Parts: sequence; structure tokens; C-alpha cells
Amino acid sequence: MAGDGIAGAAAADSTAAVLAAERPRDAALPLWKTGIVAGLLWIGAGAVTWLWPDDPDLDLIRTGLFAWLQAIVGAAILVSVVTERAWPSLTAWIRPRGPWLLVLPVLLVVWQIVTAKTLTLPRPFFVAPQALVEVYTDDYARLGESVFRSFILLAYGYAIGAVIGFVTGVSIGWSRNAGYWVHPVLRLIGPLPATAWLPIAFFAFPTSFSASVFLVALATAFPVTVLTWSGVASVNPAYYDVARTLGAKAWFLVLRVSIPAALPHLFVGLFMGLGASFSVLVVAEMMGVKAGLGWYLQWAQGWAAYANVYAALAIMAIGCSSLITLLFKVRDHLLAWQKGMVKW
Amino acid sequence: MERPATAVAGASLDVADVSHGYTYEDKPLPVIDRVSLRVEPGEFVALLGPSGCGKSTLLRLVAGLEPPNAGTLRADEAPITGPDPSRVVVFQDPTLFPWRTVWRNASLGLEAQGLLKTQRHRVDAALKLVGLDGFASAYPHQLSGGMAQRAALARALVNDPRLLILDEPLGKLDSLTRLTMQSELVALWQRSRATVLLVTHDVEEALILATRVIVFSPRPARIVEELRVDLDYPRHRDAPDFVALRKRILDKLGVG
Repeated sequence: MAGDGIAGAAAADSTAAVLAAERPRDAALPLWKTGIVAGLLWIGAGAVTWLWPDDPDLDLIRTGLFAWLQAIVGAAILVSVVTERAWPSLTAWIRPRGPWLLVLPVLLVVWQIVTAKTLTLPRPFFVAPQALVEVYTDDYARLGESVFRSFILLAYGYAIGAVIGFVTGVSIGWSRNAGYWVHPVLRLIGPLPATAWLPIAFFAFPTSFSASVFLVALATAFPVTVLTWSGVASVNPAYYDVARTLGAKAWFLVLRVSIPAALPHLFVGLFMGLGASFSVLVVAEMMGVKAGLGWYLQWAQGWAAYANVYAALAIMAIGCSSLITLLFKVRDHLLAWQKGMVKW
Repeated sequence: MERPATAVAGASLDVADVSHGYTYEDKPLPVIDRVSLRVEPGEFVALLGPSGCGKSTLLRLVAGLEPPNAGTLRADEAPITGPDPSRVVVFQDPTLFPWRTVWRNASLGLEAQGLLKTQRHRVDAALKLVGLDGFASAYPHQLSGGMAQRAALARALVNDPRLLILDEPLGKLDSLTRLTMQSELVALWQRSRATVLLVTHDVEEALILATRVIVFSPRPARIVEELRVDLDYPRHRDAPDFVALRKRILDKLGVG
């Protein structure tokens, strides 16, 4: 090996230099021992699930599938241990996640034992992990429709609220007149939780869907308005001087100076609005709408089907988190010029 | 920059009996006190005075960013009623838009005037002129102070200003960068033959650059001295004439 390195350096052409630079990296990359242990732990968790019989009081039909799922994850990790050395992007992705991959199967086994195997934790509030798997395999149609309905409602409400908030924020940040009339209304109505409008909204709107869209839009618009406004108001006045001496007219100042300068604030508003919209969405679905994840939660709880409640909560968590991730990706793309941004 | 060599490039400027002020804590704060001056086309005039004496306010009036409380300002005999891209200001801070690349900052004036589509080459030319052609796609936070100020200069020069208004543009640069930029400013002015109005509190800078130096009193600004600098470029700080002029100005400023 040492001889190869010297020969490569002596060749001194660019390809050789690249190869020489890569070879020691491969050689230096030690075997991913955490991965081996993690893979074995996942397979072990599958074995415990499979071999240790469930408490006879329970009627769990997906224990075998759950055992297999864990074993498959373990096998996938072991395969990565072998293949990652030829695949640097896999190494970069999977190695930092090693400790989590190690701890998760242990937690799953503990969960499995205190619920399905020994019934240590009281039923029906605590459910076995395979009961959640069962919800996904057997009730996917209803769950899928709930996710879809929730998403449509959220998309309408959030889009309307964000647009109204943005336009209002820019107007009151820019125009003294708009500020005079809108500001007092905003101060009075804005802090009111959107859910407080529930009784009126369901009465005043023709359908529960439109009422819910209104509530979600209201919850979104307030933070977006306030932060867009503060963004526009805090634009360095020298930027306007510069643009004006270069021949900019009022519209140019709004579109090309105020709005881009206010974008970092706007995204904080969009982020806060998204959080607020989630909570209003769920409440609205629990109170009036006969569809969506909020309704599903309510419905499942009525049947004391706690496995369905947890399954829906898990989907909700993944959905909300994904939407926020998406928002941050858009922001990172649009605000690439900024230094030192908060990472999600 | 691409003007035919025969064209008269610079604008003339008339400031007649201009007074200006602000209110501070409900009391009037006079900043400029009956200032009159005339600048001929193609002159390089330095406005020299202690910090905070009101020189920058005078520049804002000349740029048309504010109307004066009293008196009149004219550029090329036409009253100044508002900002105009023929009179461009370079401020002490580069004030580049952080969300735009160097190229997009420099193109700001053309974009605002709706000329960008047909005149993109002027942006490239201006960036080349200030030596930033390799940094067109850099963002302002990636630039050093000197590079940022060059970019601000390019943003002004793209508009082919007939009156270039410089508000201590070199004030925040380190002394070496300053010296380089001073000779570059002279070269730029000689090439473009625009009228230049420079505010500075640095006596040497005024004498290195300007054909005429106007000395202001502390606030409210009044003209206390006006002198022609009939020295050839490039000027040398240790030439006897230069030293004599500097002494005269420092005496006037009361620090001789």
C-alpha cells in the first residue's frame, strides 16, 4: 500500500492525484461497528416479538408482521455496513444516525414486553406496538381519507391566511393610511385565539368546511401580518435612499426593496402561522367537520380504540413535521444570501 | 463609460442661499445656514468640514432626497425637485442589498428605470471598471469592505451620472485600501469627466482628489473658505505646494 501511494504521487497527473487522495480515505474508514450492533439488536427485537408469545388475553393479529418489520430493518442496517464503504453518500447519511438506530430497538422491545407480553401497563390506554401496525394495515382507507381531508382543509386555510396576512402586512408597513385603519383592528382582534370564533364560525358559514377554512386562515393571518409588517417597518431607510437616487418609483420600492428585505421576517411569520394553523385545524375537525385526522382522533377515542388514536397521532406528527421541513427548505432556498440561519 | 470623448459629461450645480434644519426635542436645529456655491461642469469639488457639520445634509438636498427649507438648488439650470439617476450618491456605507448578488446590485439603477433588458453590457462594463468582474455572482456578505464600496461605486457608475455625489465613500476603509481607491477615483473622474461632489473630513483626501476645496464651519454649516487646488495629478503629499495648502486649511479649521 505504501509503495502504491508513492508511485501514485510520482505520477503527479491530476487523475492519479485524485485516486491517491481517495485511496487513503477508504483505507482509513474503519468498519462501522455501531451498525453491526444496531442491526443485530433490531433482528433481536424481531426475535423477541416473534418467539415470546403474547398474553393470551390479547387478540393481536399483526405480531408476526411487526417481528418481520423489525428484522428487515436490522437486515437493511447490516447490508449498509457492507455496502456503505463503496457509497460515500450512504456513509454520510447513516453513520450520524447510528446511536438512534442502536437505542430504538431497545425501546421497542421494552414497549413490547410491558404491553403485549406481560400486560404490565394498564389497558386500554397503553397499547402494544403491533396494535399500531394493525391500524395501518387494516384501517388504512379511513386513515388515508382523513389525512387527505385534513390536508385539503389546511392547504386552503393556510394559503388564504398567508396571502391575506402578507398583503395586509405589506400595506400597513408601507402606507400610513392603511396603518391608521388596520392597526387598531389588528390589535384588538389579532390576539384573540382563532378557536374562540368556533361557535360563530359554524353558525355564520354555510358549511363546516368553509367555517374551518376561515378559522385556519384567521389563525395563520395574524402572525404573518404582524411579522411581515415588522419586517417592512424595519427595512434600513438607506436602502430606499439608494433606490430612489437610482431612479426607483414607489412600486419598485415596494416590490424590489421592502418585500425582499422583509422576507426573513415573513418566514418567521409563516412558521408561526403554520404552527397555529395545525392546532386550529385539529380543534375545528373535532368540533364540527365530519372528516380529517382531528375527527378520526375523536371518533377513535369514542370507541376507546387507543391504538387508532396513537396511530393517527403518529401520522399527524410526521405530517406536521414534514410541512415545517418543507417550509424551511423553501426559506433556505429563497434566503440563501443570509448568513447563520436557524436550521430545522 | 462608453460616452463619445467629445460629449460634455458633467452637470453644473447651483446652490443659492440654501438653509436647512430639523427639529430635535421640539427645538429647531439649524444644520445649513445660507450656503451658496456654484460648481462648473467637470469640476471635482470637495466639501470639507468637521464631522456632523451638515455636509451630508447638503448632499441629500443636492441628490433631491429632501427639499430645502429655504433657497434653491439647480442642476444644469433646472430646479432639483426629486432624485434623478443623473445625480447618483455613493454613501459612506456601501448599503448593498444583501439579497442581491454584486451584479444584481450594480444593475439596480437600470432595472429601476426599465433599461436593464437592453443595456446589460453597461453592468458588466461598470463591474470591470471597478475591478469586480470576477465577483459578479458573489453576495455582499462575502465581500471585504473595499470590495463592497467598489460594488457601490459600480452601482452608481452604471447610470453614467453627470453629477457623482460621494458622501465620505472611503471613510470606513483601511488606510491602504483608501490610498488605492483615491487614485482610482481620480482616474474614474478623469475618464468620465462627470462633475464630482465629495464630502470628506479628511484634509489630505480633499487635496489629493479635488480641483476645488470648500471648507465649512461647524454646525450650522457655513462656507468659511474656498480654495482652488491647481496641482497636477497624481498629487504628492510631500510637495511644498501641497503642504502649504494643507496648512492653510488646517488653520481655517482651527487645528493648524
